[in-house]
Amino acid sequence: MGIEEKLPAGILLTSVEKLSNYARKSSFWGATFGLACCAIEMMASGGPHYDLGRWGMEVFRASPRQADLMIVAGRVSQKMAPVVRQIYDQMPEPRSVISMGVCASSGGMFNNYAIVQGVDHIIPVDVYLPGCPPRPEMLIDAILKMREKVMAQPLGPNGRKMLEARQAEGRTPIVAPGAMPSSYRVDKVRREEWTQAVKEGREEQLRIENWMKLQPHLREAHK
Amino acid sequence: MGTFTGSFKGFGVTFAHMFRKVITTDYPFSPPKPAPRYHGRHILNRHPDGLEKCIGCELCAWACPADAIYVEGGDNTDEQRFSPGERYAKIYQINYARCIFCGLCIEACPTRSLTMSNEYELARDSRQDLIFTKKELLAPLLPGMEQPPHPMLLGETDKDYYVGALTNPGTSVGAERAPISQGDAE
Repeated sequence: MGIEEKLPAGILLTSVEKLSNYARKSSFWGATFGLACCAIEMMASGGPHYDLGRWGMEVFRASPRQADLMIVAGRVSQKMAPVVRQIYDQMPEPRSVISMGVCASSGGMFNNYAIVQGVDHIIPVDVYLPGCPPRPEMLIDAILKMREKVMAQPLGPNGRKMLEARQAEGRTPIVAPGAMPSSYRVDKVRREEWTQAVKEGREEQLRIENWMKLQPHLREAHK
Repeated sequence: MGTFTGSFKGFGVTFAHMFRKVITTDYPFSPPKPAPRYHGRHILNRHPDGLEKCIGCELCAWACPADAIYVEGGDNTDEQRFSPGERYAKIYQINYARCIFCGLCIEACPTRSLTMSNEYELARDSRQDLIFTKKELLAPLLPGMEQPPHPMLLGETDKDYYVGALTNPGTSVGAERAPISQGDAE
């Protein structure tokens, strides 16, 4: 990553790691970077109705040098690929990438010679967000998952070593950071429900079940 | 003097907004209710006895404009029965990194096996996790349902499942003919 990589080995940085991650996640500055229709939804998320300002990131930076989050919003054509890469290279580390929409994630319905089949062919992606285009709630959900992932990121070579040691011992959280849907994570009861479901390996069934409970014509079965 | 009061008039407009109703949605804390027919993630439905409705005909895969669906059919036998008819879906995958939620697959489905829910929080951190298999897609077993494989419990042949379906539609999402009591439809 950045300057923290230059720190001498031997200094334990857990508290500094938490502080730096907290500072990072609390105000992502996204690069103004729209490629297609997904950008419209991205703009809507920044507007007053969805208001990304609630997480300190309503401002999309016009210069990649002042941004630390890249939202690849739209299909990446072969001609645009070098530009995307250059903007990514210009962003200061630590940086993160959200691939918004199916076209950016895998090429989507444009399975042809003109479109890059997934933006992860040119830049590393942290969160893939499906949808065509994803509604602003889906983007906010992806950003909240990204924040959770940033909070769990190790700092420096020692931090990475400690994380590897924890993983080798199996001391990892039951629900991986960034795996729980945001509407479940913010509600204490539903969070417990989800954690329990992950233990049993049926979290997707839980989602269908909870949705079915809200449907008038299916409610009879649950009584 | 006029410029002095004029600037306060301007701030007055800003200040008046403090007393207006906030239009911001409170998304993760109170998720909005999408329209009833909102195209969310898919569900593979079950018959009332727990057998799968999917017959592995691949019409959804053919209808898909993004080639997001992969189906591989298998033959039902009397010992290993997953769906009422001759065939069932041995492998069923929907790639959410390709799916554009157009709903053509659910229009193509002849048994109303594939339907859509309103769930949309689908972001993942790997492309592999975005490929949903039968494990993720199949509807949960409701009371009275049994985990397949098991023999047909609702009738002798598969005809009983489809001919009598209007009076016994099951409780799955595709059972849109199930009686709705008055005043329940929100």
